[in-house]
Amino acid sequence: MDSGLFIDINLYSALALFVVGFVGGMVSGFIGSGGAFVLTPAMMTLGVPGIVAVASNMCHKFPKSLVGAMKRHKYGQVDLKLGIIMGVFAELGVIAGKHVMTGIKDTYGDIGTSLYVSVVFVVVLAVVGGFVLRDALHMFRRERAGGGEAAHPVTRLARWIQSVHIPGTMVYFDSLKARVSVLFIVPLGLATGMLAATIAVGGFIGVPAMIYVLGAPALMASATELVVAFVMGVGGTLLYALDGVVDIRLAMIILAGSLFGIQIGAIGTTYVRDSIVKLVMGLIMIIVLFSRFFYVPGYLSKLGMITPLSDGSIANLKLAGDATLVLALAVGGLTILVALIRGMAEHRQAAVATRSA
Amino acid sequence: MTPKKSIAATLLYGTASLALYTLLLSHADLFVQWAQHTRENRILFIIPVLVAFVFSYFHGAFTGHFWESLGLHAARSGSGK
Repeated sequence: MDSGLFIDINLYSALALFVVGFVGGMVSGFIGSGGAFVLTPAMMTLGVPGIVAVASNMCHKFPKSLVGAMKRHKYGQVDLKLGIIMGVFAELGVIAGKHVMTGIKDTYGDIGTSLYVSVVFVVVLAVVGGFVLRDALHMFRRERAGGGEAAHPVTRLARWIQSVHIPGTMVYFDSLKARVSVLFIVPLGLATGMLAATIAVGGFIGVPAMIYVLGAPALMASATELVVAFVMGVGGTLLYALDGVVDIRLAMIILAGSLFGIQIGAIGTTYVRDSIVKLVMGLIMIIVLFSRFFYVPGYLSKLGMITPLSDGSIANLKLAGDATLVLALAVGGLTILVALIRGMAEHRQAAVATRSA
Repeated sequence: MTPKKSIAATLLYGTASLALYTLLLSHADLFVQWAQHTRENRILFIIPVLVAFVFSYFHGAFTGHFWESLGLHAARSGSGK
C-alpha cells in the first residue's frame, strides 16, 4: 500500500469538500441521488488518486443515504421493500459495471474508459433527463390549467407491468399500490448499479425507472432511491475498504457537510409537488449532460480520432466541464432552496387563513 | 419536540459530533496507518465502515435537531402535497 494514496488535508481543501458535500447532500435528500457526481472530480482536483476518490465518495454516500432514508421514512415516503430488492440487484450491477470498465481499460486504456463514461453520460442523460424534464413541464402546464396539483400519471408501460402476473415472483409494493413481478425489478436494479459504477450516480436511472417503468410517485421513488443507494454504498465501501483505499478522513469531512444538506433536501420534499422533484432532477441531468461535451474533444484527440488539440486547449475544456458540473449542483441546490422557501411561505399563509376562517 | 428540547438535543448531539470529529482528525495518522495495513491484517477493513455508521448516528441526529431548532420543520407526514 502506497502511503502517497492519502493526501495531506488543509483547511482550504476541508472547507471546499464540506461545501460541496453540503450542496450535494441537499440534492440527494431531495431527488434521492445526484449529489455525488461532483465529489470524485473535486477530490481528484485536490490531488486525491482516482481510486481513493471513488472509494471515499462511496464511503460518505452510504451513511448519508441512511440518514436521508430514515428522515424520509418518517414522512411516509420510503418503500423499504422495493428499495432493498432493487438495492441488492443494483449491487450486482455495480460489480458487472466494474467488470465492463476493467475490460475497456485493459483494451483501450484510461482514455478509452473516459470516452466510454462520457458516451454513457451523454446517452443516458439526454434520453432519460430529456424525458423527465419534458414530463415535469407537462405536469406544470396541467397544474396551471387545472389550478391544482396534477394527478400522478402512471405510464402505459407501468400499467402493463402491473398487470402481468408471473406466479411465484409477485410482490406487493406500497409505493405502487400494486403487485409487481420481481423479474421486472431485476433489470432496473442491474442498470442502476451499472450506471452507479460508471458515472457514480445510479439514481439517474433508478428514480426514473421507479416512476415511469414501475409507476411509483416521484416523491416516493426519490425517497426509495436513498435505500437503494445505501445498500449499494455499503457493499461498495466494504469492497474498497478490503483494499485499504478508503480515506475515512475525507469521507467524514464530506459527510459533515452532506448531513446538514440532506436534512434540508428531505424537509424540502414535504413542501413540494411531484413535478418539482422531476424538474430538479431533469434540470440537473441536462446540465450535467452538457458538462461532458467539454471533455469529449480531449479524449478523441488523445485517441487520435480527431486532429490533435494542444494540452492547454484540453485543460481549458476540462476546466469548463468541471465548472459546468458545479453549475449543475448549484442550480439544483438553488431550485430546492427556492421551492422550500416558497413552500414554507405558502404553508404558513394557508395555516393563518385556516385559523382566521 | 418543543423548541427547548430541540435546542438541548442540538447541544447534546452537537457536542458528541464535535468530540468524534476532534478524535478522528487528531488521530488522523492512525486511521491512515490502519488503512495502509488492511492488506496484511484484513479485519482492519471494518474500521471505516464502523466509523461511518457511528458518525452518521451522532452527526445525523445533530444536523436534524440543528435545523429543527432554527425552525425548519417538515410540512406534514405522507407523500405528495
